[in-house]
Amino acid sequence: MTSPALLAAVGEVGKGFIQERSSDTLPCQADSSKLFCFDWARENIGRYATPTLQQLELVVISVLIGFAIAFALSVFAHRHAWARPPLLAGTGILFAIPSIAFFLLLLPITGRGRETAIIALSAYTLQIIYRNVMVGLANVPDSVRDAARGMGLTDRQILWKVELPLATPEIVAGLRIATVSTVAIATLAVFAGGGGLGTQIYGGGNLSFTTSIIIAGAIAIFMALSFDVILLAIQRLATPWRRAAAA
Amino acid sequence: MTALPPLASFGGAIEFIFTPQESNVTGGNKVGGIDKVLELAMTQIEVSIFALALALVVALPVGLYFGHKGTGELLAVGLGNAGRAVPELALIAFMAAAIGVGVLNLTIALAVLGIPPILTNTFVGIRQVERATVDAARGLGMSEFEILRKVELPLAVPSVMSGVRGASVNIVATATIAPLAGVLTLGDFIINENVYGTDGVLAGAILVALLALAFEFGLAALQRRLTSKGLKLKPS
Repeated sequence: MTSPALLAAVGEVGKGFIQERSSDTLPCQADSSKLFCFDWARENIGRYATPTLQQLELVVISVLIGFAIAFALSVFAHRHAWARPPLLAGTGILFAIPSIAFFLLLLPITGRGRETAIIALSAYTLQIIYRNVMVGLANVPDSVRDAARGMGLTDRQILWKVELPLATPEIVAGLRIATVSTVAIATLAVFAGGGGLGTQIYGGGNLSFTTSIIIAGAIAIFMALSFDVILLAIQRLATPWRRAAAA
Repeated sequence: MTALPPLASFGGAIEFIFTPQESNVTGGNKVGGIDKVLELAMTQIEVSIFALALALVVALPVGLYFGHKGTGELLAVGLGNAGRAVPELALIAFMAAAIGVGVLNLTIALAVLGIPPILTNTFVGIRQVERATVDAARGLGMSEFEILRKVELPLAVPSVMSGVRGASVNIVATATIAPLAGVLTLGDFIINENVYGTDGVLAGAILVALLALAFEFGLAALQRRLTSKGLKLKPS
């Protein structure tokens, strides 16, 4: 819903310099039939720098916190089987609550701002990462575990030197899913006053015009896919034995 | 934006849900209350179910077909990855601004969000069925369709349902911002803060969270019913 008021406002701003060039045509950004205004995009691309950085910060901090917590929970649950059902259910509930509701439920407690957004976004990543770490650990063959024990490794050494390295592909897969989804959802942080690319899509109670929506959306998608590629590369580097096996 | 008073504001939100409250902009009209809540909740439930059903109708056959054939992995898995990267807010905003508002457009946009997880999980679920099992079924004289219907699909139910649950989480959450696309759901309380006030915003958040959990528990129960007894016995 691009409101007429917004269009009028944009039109007013645009009038000054548009009139010098052509007096009788609307500036592209005030014409709702135009999907994308290249001239406007060229002149205004700078305004996306800060929101992009904010979004990047939201994602990196949230995923790191989510990873730290989920990783600790999985290591705990790996050793204590009784903790698995409640942890799966608990993280499942946090995952199912829509982020936008989560942001706002936190408002009376943590107020508007980046912290609120980060808490909700990290809570969302817990289940994805926790589940993948658990699957990764469960997929380690018992024979490998027995061999490690036979070599005299303690439980702690088996976990850190054998099980976790072998679980790396699943762990990174979880990290990729969590990161990509968080980039997409972080655009909703605008509802919590958390900044980010959402501010260029929906700001001040109105939707932006399509050019801005497309630019902000494209930056978010590009950011998500970049994270995906980077994490995949990290996984390749972290598991040299798999490359050897494939070759 | 006024700062909300601490925890006490949850009380105001609960009141808002059950009894209409004075609003400062509607000229004496009362806002909120259980009737309005139920009306908006029904809309959100309806569009979510329609979108989920539409996504299922599109994604399930495609996932089953490619999974059974064993081809198209790049498409099925790649689409799932790409789908996750689409920002919901941008999708809804773009749809509203460029294509038009309304229930039909919204349902299609929400279904678009639901297709990738269902397609990917269906494909992966079918592929994970042991080939020996499929060969045994073929040896028993089952047709390809029977194999899919009686062997592969039942074994893939947990994976398919986890895709459906992922889709549902995303669809219900995104249906919350549907008022941006001209469809009034519970998110109206959240988006039109100037009408409903901070109590309304908080009430909306509580209701949306409850609705999402209801979907999640409902689908989890459905998954338990659809999973064959033999699979449940397997220690996992």
